[in-house]
Amino acid sequence: MNYLDLIQILDSSIRLATPLLFACLAGLFSERAGVFDIGLEGKILISAFFSAAVAALTGSVWLGLLAGIASSMVFSMIHGLASITFRGDQLISGVAINFLAAGMTVLIAQDWFSQGGRTPQLSGGARFSPIELPFAEALSGVPFIGPLYADALSGHTILVYVGLLTVPLTWYVLFRTRFGLRLRAVGENPGAVDTAGVSVVRLRYAAVAICGVLCGLSGSFLATGLAASFTQNMSAGRGYIALAALIFAKWRPWYALGACLLFGLLQAISNRYSSIDLVLFEIPNAFVLALPYILTVVILAGFVGKAVPPRAGGQPYVKER
Amino acid sequence: MDKLPKWADVALIPLINLILALIVSGLVVALIGQDPFEALAIMVNGAVGSTYGWGYTLFYATNFIFTGLAVAIAFHARLFNIGGEGQAQLGSLGVALVCLMVPWPHWLIALPVAILGGGLFGAAWAAIPAYLQATRGSHIVITTIMFNFIASALLVYLLVSALKAPGMAPESARFVEGSHLPTAREVLGAIGIDFARTPMNVSFIVALLACWGLWLLLWRTRLGYEIRAFGHSDKAAVYAGINPVRITMITMLISGALAGLMAINAVMGEQERLLQDNVLGAGFVGIAVALMGRSHPVGVFIAAVLFGALYQGGAELEFETSIPREMIVVIQALVILFTGALDGMVRSPLEKAFLRFRRQPDKPGVPAE
Repeated sequence: MNYLDLIQILDSSIRLATPLLFACLAGLFSERAGVFDIGLEGKILISAFFSAAVAALTGSVWLGLLAGIASSMVFSMIHGLASITFRGDQLISGVAINFLAAGMTVLIAQDWFSQGGRTPQLSGGARFSPIELPFAEALSGVPFIGPLYADALSGHTILVYVGLLTVPLTWYVLFRTRFGLRLRAVGENPGAVDTAGVSVVRLRYAAVAICGVLCGLSGSFLATGLAASFTQNMSAGRGYIALAALIFAKWRPWYALGACLLFGLLQAISNRYSSIDLVLFEIPNAFVLALPYILTVVILAGFVGKAVPPRAGGQPYVKER
Repeated sequence: MDKLPKWADVALIPLINLILALIVSGLVVALIGQDPFEALAIMVNGAVGSTYGWGYTLFYATNFIFTGLAVAIAFHARLFNIGGEGQAQLGSLGVALVCLMVPWPHWLIALPVAILGGGLFGAAWAAIPAYLQATRGSHIVITTIMFNFIASALLVYLLVSALKAPGMAPESARFVEGSHLPTAREVLGAIGIDFARTPMNVSFIVALLACWGLWLLLWRTRLGYEIRAFGHSDKAAVYAGINPVRITMITMLISGALAGLMAINAVMGEQERLLQDNVLGAGFVGIAVALMGRSHPVGVFIAAVLFGALYQGGAELEFETSIPREMIVVIQALVILFTGALDGMVRSPLEKAFLRFRRQPDKPGVPAE
């Protein structure tokens, strides 16, 4: 493997990490507010479908993006209704949302396009096109750093950069604003927040709504940036990998970036090589793909640093009995 | 005093939830421009209108009984085993190994060993998440999800390497003739009843025995009492001298074993070889089945047959109309949503209604609890 191969792998890691990153930050907002969300997968999928479908019908990727976010928001609100208003089981609600998305997308796709549960191929204005970062051309001649900047970092679609910028934004909102403080407090001790006269329900709905927007971006990027159409079950477990990344990152924004880049790198490696030949033995491709999940279990087991979830996570808040 | 009479809790609420799920499903069918009543008629007829339909319905139901019981026993200990899918995958590996290793002379000898193999492998796959939950506090939902993916990667790997049969397809060799389980057609044909050719086989009897066994375990043994006590209040259970690590481990081992047993129906009974995915989502259907069946073996059985009918009816629906098979997934999602997550939406108004209805004949002036 030479330097150019490495650049290409880094380039595709960043691209593959982006949907994970959006979903991971989505989960971060939701879980920090005390609402577990294993429905990330479903929200990515429904958004992927509606972005691709609307982009295909209107020819505008931006309208597609809006539709994707809106559909993901609707699912978020179902989750909020079940887990905040009716105090149902958040995990079960998440499972239901994943199935709902898996079924509805194919059902509607078949009804609208009759192409066996997929959307038509997107092209031109119906897709996000790559943008060059400033000076990419000029710097590409510089040895070592030049190709890294011009080929790995530059030339992605706008959503990749939005994703990267969402990380500091998330950090700022959660750790430097009053809203963020309250949001984190509601995930640790909702009773205290309620006593202070702040609505637990409203805060949790806000968190779930932000989660919906970010999942919408994730799905939209998947269908209109990474791929060029919606295909059945195209999220392919990304929601769960994002969940794994969230645990791996111990519910912190910057760590989340690191975890998503790592998991993106693993995907990029397994896409490129059918198996990795070390001198003594061979690592099968399946193992590289399973590595995010194995790493997460190891982290969860607390052998390498302990991941402690928000304390009130998963419990519906009951104001009075 | 309970807010609801028992019959309302056991029968009325699940029924209302189911009807709500079906109404929304009907709306979905109507939205994609089909007639919901016609669709329902096709599904019912396809599922129970012939011995062919019944055979497939009960074949699917057998899978769902095993995975439903797996989720149900975990629910009793207030554990959410979402890993039925992975445990069933490993179970299929166990069953396949048993069937491939030994040239079995007769299925009556092969079946008990396959049950052991499938159960053992399924239980082993549940053991690590259970241990981590019990001793290190890692959330079992997350670890079992991760183990689902690890299981599928493991099977994909094994079927392109060690277990791969010669040929292009990533599948194992066919099992020996002696491990073939008699199908419903063969069994019923022997006593002179004509039954269509379907994959339904003697595993259905094993599933019924599993229902009965689980009921016996949960309500007639000390261990079952401990599991239920732990589920109701872990603190009280610990105070009463029940060891939480032991209960968590045992419950999850049984749960994993039950999920693994699904393989005797799907792998040994139908496929007769190991494929990359033998489970096809049945592990997740188990969640819906356990929720609808209120985690009781009888309820699980009824719900499993209902879901079996749904799967078979859905297949017919795709055959006869332009509604894709994924309609089943939508209905399944709505059932999980209404019986699981939105249960409170139906329950609390119903509780209020029952309280008001009941208060008048009670002693006036004393507020009902």
